Amino acid sequence: MKQFDYVRPATVAEAVAAAAQPGATYLAAGTNLLDLMKGGVSRPDRLVDVTHLEGLDRIERLADGSLRIGALVSNADLAHDAGFAKSYPAVAEALLSGASAQLRNAATVGGNLLQRTRCAYFYDTASRCNKREAGSGCDARDGENRTHAVLGWSKSCIATNPSDFCVPLVALDAIVEIEGKSGRREITLDELHRLPGNTPERESALEPCDLIVAVRLPPAARGFAAHARYLKVRERTSYAFAIVSAAAALRIENGKIAEARLALGGVAAKPWRARAAEDVLKGVAPTADAFREAAWRALTDAKPSGDNAYKIELARRIVVRALTLAAAGTPARIPALPASPFASTSGAIHA
Amino acid sequence: MPELNLTSAPAHLRHGSSIGQPLTRRDGVLKVKGQATYAADNHPPGMLFAVMAVSSIAHGRVTSLDVAAAKRHPGVIEIMTPDHKPQLAIDPEIKTNPFVFRMEVLQSNEVRYANQPIAVVIAETLEAATEGAALLAPRYEMLPALVGLDAGESFVPPVVGVGNPTENHRGDIEAGLAAADKRIEAVYETPPQYHNAMEPHAIVAHWDGDNLSVDMPTQGLMLSLGRIAELFGIAPDKIHIRSPFLGGGFGSKGLMAGPPVLGLMAAKLVGRPVKLVLRREQMYGPVGHRAPTRQRLRIGADGEGRLTALDHHARTVSSTFDDFYEPAADASHTLYAAPAIRTSHDAVRVNTGTPLFMRAPGEATGSIALESAIDEMAWACGIDPLAFRLKNYAEVEPITGKPFSSKALRACYDQGAARFGWSRRPLQPRQMRDDAGFLVGWGMGTATFPALMFQAEARAAIRRDGTGAMEIGAHDMGQGAWTALAQIAADAVGLDIDRVTFKAGTSDLPDAGIAGGSAHTATAGAAIHSAGAAVIAKLADLATHDERSPLFGAGNAGVIARDGRLIRRDDESRSESYTEILARAGVAEVEARGTGAPNPTAMEEYAMHAHGAVFAEVKVDPELGQVRVTRMVGAFAAGRIVNPHLVKSQLFGGMIWGMSFALHEEAITDRRSGRIMNANLGEYHIPVNADVPPLDVVTVEEHDPHVNALGIKGVGEIGITGSAGAVANAVWHATGVRVRRFPIRIEELLT
Repeated sequence: MKQFDYVRPATVAEAVAAAAQPGATYLAAGTNLLDLMKGGVSRPDRLVDVTHLEGLDRIERLADGSLRIGALVSNADLAHDAGFAKSYPAVAEALLSGASAQLRNAATVGGNLLQRTRCAYFYDTASRCNKREAGSGCDARDGENRTHAVLGWSKSCIATNPSDFCVPLVALDAIVEIEGKSGRREITLDELHRLPGNTPERESALEPCDLIVAVRLPPAARGFAAHARYLKVRERTSYAFAIVSAAAALRIENGKIAEARLALGGVAAKPWRARAAEDVLKGVAPTADAFREAAWRALTDAKPSGDNAYKIELARRIVVRALTLAAAGTPARIPALPASPFASTSGAIHA
Repeated sequence: MPELNLTSAPAHLRHGSSIGQPLTRRDGVLKVKGQATYAADNHPPGMLFAVMAVSSIAHGRVTSLDVAAAKRHPGVIEIMTPDHKPQLAIDPEIKTNPFVFRMEVLQSNEVRYANQPIAVVIAETLEAATEGAALLAPRYEMLPALVGLDAGESFVPPVVGVGNPTENHRGDIEAGLAAADKRIEAVYETPPQYHNAMEPHAIVAHWDGDNLSVDMPTQGLMLSLGRIAELFGIAPDKIHIRSPFLGGGFGSKGLMAGPPVLGLMAAKLVGRPVKLVLRREQMYGPVGHRAPTRQRLRIGADGEGRLTALDHHARTVSSTFDDFYEPAADASHTLYAAPAIRTSHDAVRVNTGTPLFMRAPGEATGSIALESAIDEMAWACGIDPLAFRLKNYAEVEPITGKPFSSKALRACYDQGAARFGWSRRPLQPRQMRDDAGFLVGWGMGTATFPALMFQAEARAAIRRDGTGAMEIGAHDMGQGAWTALAQIAADAVGLDIDRVTFKAGTSDLPDAGIAGGSAHTATAGAAIHSAGAAVIAKLADLATHDERSPLFGAGNAGVIARDGRLIRRDDESRSESYTEILARAGVAEVEARGTGAPNPTAMEEYAMHAHGAVFAEVKVDPELGQVRVTRMVGAFAAGRIVNPHLVKSQLFGGMIWGMSFALHEEAITDRRSGRIMNANLGEYHIPVNADVPPLDVVTVEEHDPHVNALGIKGVGEIGITGSAGAVANAVWHATGVRVRRFPIRIEELLT
């Protein structure tokens, strides 16, 4: 392994200062970064271990009704927090559908937001990849790309963001709190991830030294608790990334959809908020026709980036199903097979 | 050697017979406590770490390596390259016997496949060696890579598998097809697959002058010993290999591959003990894999649904530099009674590591195609798939006309179908839904695997203190050899299992043959059985020839060995303990050797196979195409079952692998570069716990007097056959969509 410095600051200010050195990167649980380092994909000179920073491991309900999740809260702790799962069931279901139990115990909220794509050409250092090495080319374009992006891709990059967690978060207008060289600021999660354009190496809106310290769910987010689901189609029941996933959340009043939230995962370089589809649903009854119309709207701009045209039709169907499930109501307990189309199958006892 | 002295079934429950008892594995507690020493757990004093640098191109040559940069890295001791390495005694390209395959041990700068070793860095720490390998920054002269089943001109290999004829026929295929009322022709594709044993290949090598000590997982201690001796020009008795546990082999650890040889060379180069462990992605190249296939089946049936012709052709690949051909079409030799059968193979060469044996090589790939095609033919004839198979039940082996040594397949069909509830299956596809609206399908497949035997020897001893010993260089790959063979040993010497010291897993013990071909329990077991009989015979001689013994003169009547005593066969009141016999004779112990080997006369006379029937239920999301297997029942007849508990686990593992074959596994190869794009356990999908449904295994009673003295047929590989086809057929029955390319993907079911 490449030799690197390892520092473990005690405060956020020290961490930001320690990250100022070129070649420095933050280390949280390392569930993605360490793999990247072992594969020679990332070769940092300095790891700034943020896991010992004070005060970033709390889940706090704020006075205005929003929820603040510290960046170091583990995926498992968040998903298994009973109050959290009750208020934001689609987020909890998404968390539990990701990775494996072991990884969820380690992985952190902040780290999840910044996990890298699973594009095989990004991981394979012998392949050309504009994201890994700016301007080198994209071997995925004409390669094995049946799981690649169908929305928001460019000729430079067709990779997808693999996060499950981010999909319901972006649907619920989550806000990211960032500590940087010039102090604290916040942006919406939707603004955090960038589409590739001509600069796929720039994946997020973060500047050097920026450290995500918390994710906040605004007060309105809990208004969807009664009708919120995450649905994920994948090639095995657990420990697999989504081919396509969707988070659907509805606020239903007097038999009509007062407000809808919809986002897709596995389709683009960012968690894909489908606002046009949400608009279609506003004020209408939650019917199959309405959901089909929404699905159609959500994928209007989709186009295959390779051998993946099927993902567009699959995404439409997943949208319809996720909305249907959401309309039917959030189950009292998170299913044993979270986010699986087979969540309702009886007899399943583990994921 | 680890201390193996654990008992899970008390003696009073075993009724004097160890064979047939469902003992839990005797090494289980060691494994659970982390005390079972696998090869990479060894750290002799002064040990260094070796890391392979592997090629990122699939074809070409290495033109430069930055050896200086790697050497400058702190902790790096040596860089082994084609220009700087210990000389081998023979050219590794020479195939000295049919079980020698070519390996890459830095004999040249040529690159023949991606992930081929091109240098080895030896350092004080694993981290330094790893970085040293990265710093080599190889440059290449690249040549176009040959990739896939259409990579080039096809040819007919001289043999397939291990010396099987490339083509076989019986009867007139074209006439059979012409006479048929119903015909189908279908092409099935299976992908390249990799063994992915949990334990990667690993070696700890320690040279002491000409003496060589090796810790290495191997399925063939003596084959490895012979190959090492030959490559390094040293006498076999100078080499000691320890392989007490394997974390899975599945065929990939059967024959000596390049990487462990590199470990031996590295240790020789630096004159210190060296450990070399493959990274997961390095397992996708130099240690074998299952080759992809494209199989065309043409089947004819008459108006009654009786087969008139079965034509099975398989295209496969081998490497550009060696020959191993997945004998997929041979799966059609033994199961269905077609009057005309033809099987044939052709191949192309691609830039890949040489494909080799992987659990049920040929049988697994061939089975999924054959069982799918039989299902298609049954449907074409409008007959239930089980009824169709029974109508075409082979009373003699179809390709040879030989009788079977035993064949309880009918009982497997009956018992499996009854357990599954098959009789309620609607003939038409897409008829069943569950309460939640999922499509439900039921499929079946027939399982079969040959009952093979290799050669083995064992040494047995009985000691004056009334204990016994059995020694054989057998291999526990996780299947439970430590337990099953000890059970056979206990019965062989007429002692309780806890009174017998069972030694295995090292190269200084008698040759147990290779742990492959599902033949290890049969082969090693036969040797143990015969060594036990031989040592009991010696003990009996001591007693029956001694006037002072109550057994004097019982020579003709014979004696029985039971519970540490010899008992006169015709008068059980006359008996004597082993201790008494040896004490009176004044000897500390008697010992004897015995061998196990196939019986050529029986092989000439009979077709010998294990059989089974697998039934699967799947559910498919009608809109989203995701598949879930919800139950599987397998009924298998495999001769005598030495340990029902371990056998059940073996069959579970096989059935899960079959399901994996149908729905999950595929090495994704970049069609331009020939590089494998998912060489890790995150993206090379095998089933996880949540994918595995309740499994039900029935072992059907079967007595085979011909296969070997113990009547054992072996269960290591049969579970994967039949199962893959059963799942695929269930997907068809659920959806009405016949997918002929495996694994079945979601997009194929988005109708």
